[in-house]
Amino acid sequence: MAHSAELTRSAATSKRTLRVALVGNPNTGKSTLFNALAGMNVRTGNYPGVTIEKKIGRCNIGTYDIDLVDLPGTYSMAPRSPDELVAIEVLTGDAKNEPDVDVIVCVVNATLLQRNLFLFSQIVELGKPTILALNMSDAAEARGIAIDTDQLSKNLGVRVVATSASKRSGIADLKEAIQSELDHRGDKGAFAEPRKRPLPDEFYLVCDELRKELIERACTTGQHSGDPSKSDQDLVPDQYLIERMLLDRGGEAERRSVRRLGAAVLPAISAAREKLAAMLGDSTELECSARYAWAAAHLDGVVSQTRAKPHSATDWLDAILTHRVAGMVCFFAIMLVIFQCIYSFSSMPMDLIDGATGAVADLVTSFVAPGMLRSLLVDGVIAGVGGVLIFLPQIVLLFFFLAILEDCGYMSRAAFLVDRVMVTFGLSGKSFLPLMSSFACAVPGIMATRVIENRRDRFATIMVAPLMSCSARLPVYLLLIAAFVPATSVWGGWISTQPLVLMAMYFVGVVVAIPIAWLLKKTLLRGEVAPFVLELPDYKVPSVRVVFSRVWEAGREFVVRAGTLIFSASILIWFAGFWPGDHSRQFEVQREIEAIVVSDGPDSTQKTEKLESLEDEHRRLSSSLLKNSALGMIGRGIEPIVEPLGWDWRIGVGAVASFPAREVIIATLGTIYSLGGEVDEQDDGLIAAMRASTWPDGRPVFTIPVALSIMVFFALCAQCVSTLFVIKRETNSWFWPVLSFSYMTALAYAGAFMTYQVGTRFF
Amino acid sequence: MLLLRLILNNGDSVVTTLDQLLPGQFGQIVRIDGFDSIASRLREMGFIPGQSVQFVRTAPLGDPMKCSVQGSRIAVRSGEARRVYIEPILKPSVEPRS
Repeated sequence: MAHSAELTRSAATSKRTLRVALVGNPNTGKSTLFNALAGMNVRTGNYPGVTIEKKIGRCNIGTYDIDLVDLPGTYSMAPRSPDELVAIEVLTGDAKNEPDVDVIVCVVNATLLQRNLFLFSQIVELGKPTILALNMSDAAEARGIAIDTDQLSKNLGVRVVATSASKRSGIADLKEAIQSELDHRGDKGAFAEPRKRPLPDEFYLVCDELRKELIERACTTGQHSGDPSKSDQDLVPDQYLIERMLLDRGGEAERRSVRRLGAAVLPAISAAREKLAAMLGDSTELECSARYAWAAAHLDGVVSQTRAKPHSATDWLDAILTHRVAGMVCFFAIMLVIFQCIYSFSSMPMDLIDGATGAVADLVTSFVAPGMLRSLLVDGVIAGVGGVLIFLPQIVLLFFFLAILEDCGYMSRAAFLVDRVMVTFGLSGKSFLPLMSSFACAVPGIMATRVIENRRDRFATIMVAPLMSCSARLPVYLLLIAAFVPATSVWGGWISTQPLVLMAMYFVGVVVAIPIAWLLKKTLLRGEVAPFVLELPDYKVPSVRVVFSRVWEAGREFVVRAGTLIFSASILIWFAGFWPGDHSRQFEVQREIEAIVVSDGPDSTQKTEKLESLEDEHRRLSSSLLKNSALGMIGRGIEPIVEPLGWDWRIGVGAVASFPAREVIIATLGTIYSLGGEVDEQDDGLIAAMRASTWPDGRPVFTIPVALSIMVFFALCAQCVSTLFVIKRETNSWFWPVLSFSYMTALAYAGAFMTYQVGTRFF
Repeated sequence: MLLLRLILNNGDSVVTTLDQLLPGQFGQIVRIDGFDSIASRLREMGFIPGQSVQFVRTAPLGDPMKCSVQGSRIAVRSGEARRVYIEPILKPSVEPRS
């Protein structure tokens, strides 16, 4: 038994996919390098329970199967939050359900070598095989910075590879270095000598003492822990965490030890800190100065400025792009151009998708006889999923522009420009990118809040991000504006009222978000103003690979969402509108209509009349079936609630049905107005039906105040299950999604109520 | 470092904070106030005693401010800049770029 188990284990180890982790500061071209190594074979996700993005690429290096792990860019390995601790545990192999990392590749920006070696000095202390990738070496060369990689390798005791990920040079060398590091894993290899420790020896002495003390303490108190295999001694942090515990006051390493070993360890820690302070001064100051000194010492004779530094293009561009006047003008011009491009470039592919959806619906109609299956496919699935897929071009374009802005270095300038404004609302400049992304879709917008280090700022941004008018609200606006807002020209014919109303709807979300963010920062997320320290990287030509992979990921995620969530929601709503009525007569009429339509013979008046009466009957049947369906009953149940908003039960049902995903309103309204599922915002049939819709006493249901009240409701309401789930995932709590849902729904109702009540005074 | 000390303002320099500089002026970092996460973030990003720092410009609305330290450009709010104690110096003859 034991023998076979050992065999299996050895087979498993020899077949195990090896792990290579990429670590580095932000703006080192790490993602470009990752893409160059892994290609398009990338999966993204989260580490369980935390918001660290898990990005893994598969590649082959030599004979090895490699899982390439891309950790988020960081300036330091000092864990200040549970998330950062996970990043360290991934590297040390302590993370639950995560295999060991075999080789760490530390990516540094060759133009900022000394600053970047700070992180490297922390990485080598993890004691893992490490390779230093001198990325952006072409940029360094262009600036006349010459780096002696052999000397650097000798000084640091690790392999050093000069790369330029954007020019795809040095990639083969890096792979070779990874391979030989993997070949020699286990044995000491070429770089056997112990690495020089960056901090003074006294520090390590105090660390050892503390560790010994903690182990002793664990042994004496460990008797009552019944499980001998899981002794308390295992709970004593390893060398690296002991070091971090001493260095980071109130850091995550300290918090974890207290959690595991009890508050009794705190006196031991502070005693060790005092001892250290007596010998060497304060630990934080000590660490940074020691590491920078270490970096400077190891760069001795490595870096030389071969010729005078040419005037940097970045400084020249910054003089314009962050200028008091020109900078703001450029900022607004860039935003305007992006939104304009999204609208004009997306219309053609959107028409194509629309056409394709229609063709598929026609195909299904011609092959499937009228009945439940056809109704499910056409009214439910195709109308629902097709109606959502139509926004793919806009999403792809928005992500394309965002990826370009981010990769070229402008995004941090935008944060720099707008920070002062955002501070007034209780947010920070770093909230700008997530909020901007939320105009496409709140889901990626909320994920983008990970760049905000401060928890309170991050949560406030997450809470207001869903208020930004996402692309799913657009069809609702377009439909209602086309149907009920007269296309009157204002301001001497330059502008029509319709785009003005559309723009106003986009402003509603922003205008409401300001007091909400401010209120949150005054109440639930109260605290000091968070620090704002942001690196403004060199401008560069965006990497095609990085932009393309970002767009591809976003597009894929959107399609998957349409295929899963919207798909299920569509079926549910279809079922609620279908059940429990008896549809046999309705299908019969449908069959008769189709028999007449396909029948040969001249178009006689008799035939037309027969067809019209049948269609009329079909409409009446569908309408009464819907009224008595589960959906209709819910609708009539909520009618008293929605009446103050000026809505009838049909609008109410549409709004309720759209809670899983607001795009569903179009399909629902289409179904409700007895037109079958295939309806989109351009469909005159739906517009005509809505215009003709009346209350029982003959008044038209839709007036301008009603249309406006619906739009305001959709602008403010949290009608998106995916957003709520992402909020849950990113905040790791149900409180925030529940709060988000409640406050947005309450606001939407109040807003729609006010719009209707005020609107009826004017129109 | 020695070179930097030699070109200090006529020997008896005044210690002030980074936000007190005028756009374009340089300073040599004396110390960073505090030991919290903001102070460590500043240190990690290169604000280390002995390094020279330039206040490049402010954002259009007056805050944050763009600085240059160790060859990288870093935006900080004036609140953070107030914690960076410096001695004003003339333009360092050696670029602080590593």
